[in-house]
Amino acid sequence: MTFIDFNFYLFATLLIVAALGVITARNPVHSALWLVLSFFASSALWILLEAEFLAIALVLVYVGAVMVLFLFVVMMLDINVEQMRKGFVRYLPIGALVALVLAAQMIWIVGPVGPDVLGDESLQQSVRHAADYSNTKELGRILYTEYVLPFEIAAVILLVAIVAAIALTLRRRPATKYQTPANQVKVKRNDRLRIVKMDAEAKE
Amino acid sequence: MMIEFIPDWLIVFWNWFPVDIQTVLIILGKIVLILLPLLLSVAYVTYAERKVIGAMQVRIGPNRVGFFGFRLWGLGQPIADTLKLMMKEVVLPTKANKFLFLTAPVLSIAPALAAWAVIPFDRGMALTEINAGLLYVLALTSIGVYGVIIAGWASNSKYAMLSALRAGAQIVAYEIAMGFALVGVLMASGSLNLGDIVEAQAGGFENWFAWPLLPLFFVYFISGVAETNRAPFDVAEGESEIVAGFHVEYSGMAFAIFFLAEYANIILISALTSLMFLGGWLSPFENAAFAQGTFLAETSLLWFVGKISFFIFVFFWLRATFPRYRYDQIMRLGWKVFIPVTIVWLVVEAVMFVAKVGPWAV
Repeated sequence: MTFIDFNFYLFATLLIVAALGVITARNPVHSALWLVLSFFASSALWILLEAEFLAIALVLVYVGAVMVLFLFVVMMLDINVEQMRKGFVRYLPIGALVALVLAAQMIWIVGPVGPDVLGDESLQQSVRHAADYSNTKELGRILYTEYVLPFEIAAVILLVAIVAAIALTLRRRPATKYQTPANQVKVKRNDRLRIVKMDAEAKE
Repeated sequence: MMIEFIPDWLIVFWNWFPVDIQTVLIILGKIVLILLPLLLSVAYVTYAERKVIGAMQVRIGPNRVGFFGFRLWGLGQPIADTLKLMMKEVVLPTKANKFLFLTAPVLSIAPALAAWAVIPFDRGMALTEINAGLLYVLALTSIGVYGVIIAGWASNSKYAMLSALRAGAQIVAYEIAMGFALVGVLMASGSLNLGDIVEAQAGGFENWFAWPLLPLFFVYFISGVAETNRAPFDVAEGESEIVAGFHVEYSGMAFAIFFLAEYANIILISALTSLMFLGGWLSPFENAAFAQGTFLAETSLLWFVGKISFFIFVFFWLRATFPRYRYDQIMRLGWKVFIPVTIVWLVVEAVMFVAKVGPWAV
């Protein structure tokens, strides 16, 4: 077993344990933290595949931003754990079915029985690149040449999704008070202060 | 050249190890060589902060604790502080989540130290020179917030909880501006490798990225101050409102680790700013006539340390000068000022790039 194999099995085990933790933890905050760990483990696996851009982007986007907001929400919720566990047996068959379909798909595509989608050579030991090979550069090159149209369409779809998400949650609340910093900065003394001349009062 | 000084038996002992173990040992040695000076400077940065702010407020600052009966301007203070914090009891609040309560400080210091793996200190002097160094640093600075959030939640205290929410929202807001500022650096240098980014700024201070990317430089540094939860963006600590924020329930060494993480992050942000905008270890007088032949024109670690120290000083300066931002104003600054500024400047930069004006006119 080489060092790379050792790392693969280490992080793969970690990933499976963490993924199990996500669905078995009783506390939703713990589940979210297990999910963070599983993101880290899968990112390590991607680094072993020399996909360092994707691996770091996974940590940056999912761990650094998405999961922070996730934790944010989960910490605020007052979840009744008992009530959540009630439906477990009821939904078990559906869950099992979905899991089965997913597993079947993966085995069909990757395994030896199904159609040869990936091509024979991609299942072989992949080529190891030299240290100066930049995954980021390759990814950028291919996205802006070969796949430029699908890439742009995906970007537009994401933009539409952002606009839609903001439009759906935006509600105007006229009662809310807020200050405009520009107006605050522009204020002069005479707008706020009135100096009153007063005679000194006589001592009683 | 070094080999001559090492006794023979040591070389025999060394060759007795398998090659893999040798590699691991060399890497561990390098890690120690980076972390020991780093932790020592963290200790003395706290001393420098107290002295600098003391001077700005016309006080003396710590001047009592010295060595062996000599006061030495209070230079023993950080060591005395460390010893005191190590002796103190770590109090666990009732109903706190013990495991997460004790993991939180670790989660906050680990990214702050791990990011140093890709920082080059001089030409070719880095633990690793990976091609995605910039991304790696960005990813690690963004996960430091977990320590704060988990500490806030696991403490079972309402002040800590409020602080965790503040820190979470703030870091997500400023991380975007920070990322965009780094996209500008990436466009200017054409590389994600920190060493290449520095080399792209060679040729004296007029070639530094700080000039063509001036708005991004300011946005990056100020976002860095916000990301480290330092004054004037320290609402996560906010003594006047929420006592001490996320570390209100921490004591002893657990508290000290949060403290270490904060100062390690300050040094890290200073180092990154000088690498990406001020040419890192490059000399500002590379082509200046008066400096030729002297050490002033050489690239060296000294320039890098000097630039880092300058930014650390700016951190203290900001803290001594500005009152704390109001929370809604922090959010406004992050989302409505910094992000538009960076996006506009990226467009300007792209136009300059296409029109071949400025430093890209090759």
